[in-house]
Amino acid sequence: MHKLKPRAHFTLFLIFGFLLFLAGNRVDELRVYQGASIAVFVIAISSLILLTGYSGQVSLGHGALMAIGAYSATLARNEFQIPIILTFFVAVLATAVGGALLGAAAARLSGPYLAGTTLALAIGLPSLANQFSILGGEQGLIFDVGFPPLGLGEDFTQYKWFFWIAALAALISTWLLSNILSSRYGRNWRAGRSNEAAAQICGINTGRSKILAFTISAGIAGLAGALLSMTIGTVSPSAFPLALSFALLTGAVLSGVSTLSGVMIGAVVLVAIPEIADVVAHRIGSSENITTNLPGFIVSALLIVTVLFVPNGPVEQHRARAAKKAAKKRL
Amino acid sequence: MTLNISHLSVHHGAIRAINSLSLAIPTGALAAVIGSNGAGKTSLLRAISGLNKASHGKISWMGESILGDKPEMLVRKGISHVSEGKSVIPELTVKENLELGAIWRRDKKEMIETLGSVVSIFPRLGERLAQRADTLSGGERQMLAIGRSLMSKPKLLLLDEPSLGLAPLVVEQIFQTIRDLTTSMRLTVVLVEQNAMGALRIADLGIVLNLGKVVAVDHAQALIDDPAVRAAYLGY
Amino acid sequence: MQLLNTILIGITAGSIYSLMAIAFVLVWRSTRVINFAQAGMALLSTYFGYEAVTRIGSFWLALPIAMLGGAIFSALVEVILMRVLVKHSSSGPIAAVAPIIATLGLLGLIRSVIAMIWGGQDLRIPPPVSNNGFTVNGEVLVFSPLKLLILITTFILMVLLTILFQRTNLGLSLRASAYAPEIARLSGIRVDLIRTLGWALAGAAGAVAGVFQTVNGNGNFSPDSIEFSLLLVSGFIAAVIGGLDSLLGAVIGGLFLGVVISFVLIYLSGGLFFIAPFVVLLLVLFIRPQGIIGEKVGRRA
Repeated sequence: MHKLKPRAHFTLFLIFGFLLFLAGNRVDELRVYQGASIAVFVIAISSLILLTGYSGQVSLGHGALMAIGAYSATLARNEFQIPIILTFFVAVLATAVGGALLGAAAARLSGPYLAGTTLALAIGLPSLANQFSILGGEQGLIFDVGFPPLGLGEDFTQYKWFFWIAALAALISTWLLSNILSSRYGRNWRAGRSNEAAAQICGINTGRSKILAFTISAGIAGLAGALLSMTIGTVSPSAFPLALSFALLTGAVLSGVSTLSGVMIGAVVLVAIPEIADVVAHRIGSSENITTNLPGFIVSALLIVTVLFVPNGPVEQHRARAAKKAAKKRL
Repeated sequence: MTLNISHLSVHHGAIRAINSLSLAIPTGALAAVIGSNGAGKTSLLRAISGLNKASHGKISWMGESILGDKPEMLVRKGISHVSEGKSVIPELTVKENLELGAIWRRDKKEMIETLGSVVSIFPRLGERLAQRADTLSGGERQMLAIGRSLMSKPKLLLLDEPSLGLAPLVVEQIFQTIRDLTTSMRLTVVLVEQNAMGALRIADLGIVLNLGKVVAVDHAQALIDDPAVRAAYLGY
Repeated sequence: MQLLNTILIGITAGSIYSLMAIAFVLVWRSTRVINFAQAGMALLSTYFGYEAVTRIGSFWLALPIAMLGGAIFSALVEVILMRVLVKHSSSGPIAAVAPIIATLGLLGLIRSVIAMIWGGQDLRIPPPVSNNGFTVNGEVLVFSPLKLLILITTFILMVLLTILFQRTNLGLSLRASAYAPEIARLSGIRVDLIRTLGWALAGAAGAVAGVFQTVNGNGNFSPDSIEFSLLLVSGFIAAVIGGLDSLLGAVIGGLFLGVVISFVLIYLSGGLFFIAPFVVLLLVLFIRPQGIIGEKVGRRA
């Protein structure tokens, strides 16, 4: 039986945040940039954990939702010159609205139908940028969050600034999400996922519950999208390909889709794989074809192996095994 | 040559559905297997036909061990199982359902001949060959299920509650047909039934199961006359 | 004239989507799983076809070779992956979607292996006949010998499939195994073998879809080409529109989708090309959730 987490300790997050701050000061630019990417993935994967792990709705289109967040933040910044921190709120709100609409459409769908619909969205949505000139077409738009405040010192690099912003956002959103998941809403989602009819009999309005899950999940994904654009400085359709949606799903499965505890695992793996693959490829001394595609191969293979043999993720697997051992001891 | 079952055990997860059961049924006999719900009657048939795996024991037919054989292979050895519920395929026509029974033979001519003889046993099916099976009544579907199994020219027929959900008059007909077929086609039949009286009346041999074990084996008439059996299963 | 062109373009593209949809439906019926990797197999078969064309020089030989390659590969996948999946059937939140995710992983795997072997650059299969439009009454139609070829081949394949399913013992076995596997087994049908055969047929259908999709465009293709992502999505949507359970539905769904998208492209705007399938899918699922042909069962897969 899944142990319900108590309200996430604010202090734990504070401590972790402090550790990150320390770490950020000691590593080089590349690591800091990767740190920012990891933070972005943490946020994006957590949104999928909510939607798929808790609410049971599979989405192959979260890349598209991230795109909505990124574009709305960029447009808000470029057209209306609102302060950076507000652009992130705009991203969350805009994507949440999109998520609500999508959720309303998706509430009646399940399983492969939902997967296929979100897949169609993932392929179709980013290309809309070519349709409307305000969205900047294929080249995209520039998203510039500006330089770090002078008060932080001259050594404070741009990437460090990105890392701070992304890490802070990740900490806050994860803490918030953790509390939402252990609340009544989280329980409702899990009930609806396990047995929709039974949940309805218990008085849960599963339709509304599912739409709520989609809305919140989308909002979080939108935040991740805006942060992603921040780190690369632009927003364009090519930043949100189908492969991104797949990567997010993979990260969610690797993390253990039904629990938030493992979310860092997936994020770190996703960021680490290209590097590991590089090293492996160079060791073997293989051709360019293999080198370029080894990361994708590894990610896909990992996904298949994980979903077949460790479907609930390593954290849950470990927990289940420990529980079994404890039960055996009691006999 | 008989159907020989020795110390058979079948588990459904942690539950033991069949508990070291032993049984022997002679060739050409119609054996009625009765017992209360959960006694293991269906599990027994499913173990014989290979749908469920036995965890222990031996089953042999005509001197050959059939334990662990796949169901589709057992059909080729002359064993046909008509499973519980109306085991017809509603989306297919009556003719297609019947043809299914003989499909493994791959002999089109033989299939047509056998179809003809099955239709003469069940003329009602003959009238409805082109209709979809879901347009048939309950009794007709049961006839179709039995007809399909006859198409495979079986030597051993396993019937799981053919009377389930049917009107009394229809049940009469079905039981009479089963009796006639057993005799005329020289079949060995294992008839699992909740309708204990109806089954025992047409049977040669009666077997009572309880909690996965055989608690009584005798001539069918002897069981009908047995007061203990009467009280427990025949209702008087 | 533009109307005629639009319709012709639409049914040509639509018939290709139908073939892909047929692949999805065949696998769905025999194994109750949506195998997104069918599009990846179609891609792989296209590469087989490419190798055949480059080495043998004949498109007419290359197509059957691609079909054979697709059939064999698809059967292999069924034997290996799907059997493993059944053995490791899980419980927990992800149980319902685990097969879907596994097939997605497989899709990515196939794509990266293809890129590793053949590289990421564009390769080309030249169309076997000209793609220049016929001239009718002095006006040039969009309809060309190539499009005619695609339509005719697709039509022939569908007739063959229908004959197979409705009039042969093998087809009866396929249908029985899909509708009621236990009854089929008790009737002596080797259901496992039949299921693999169903996948092989799906692989062959997908191969034709892949080759035609390439050749109907400009003949260029690569592991990441957008045409194949489109084939994946459109094939799936066509299958869903058609009710997922019938081959006829797949055909109708594909043609419907092709024609609608064609109208959107030509009468509204070319930029809506990629979002149109999504909108069509949503509309159909709202108006008629069971699909155009489907029977009224709940939309739970």
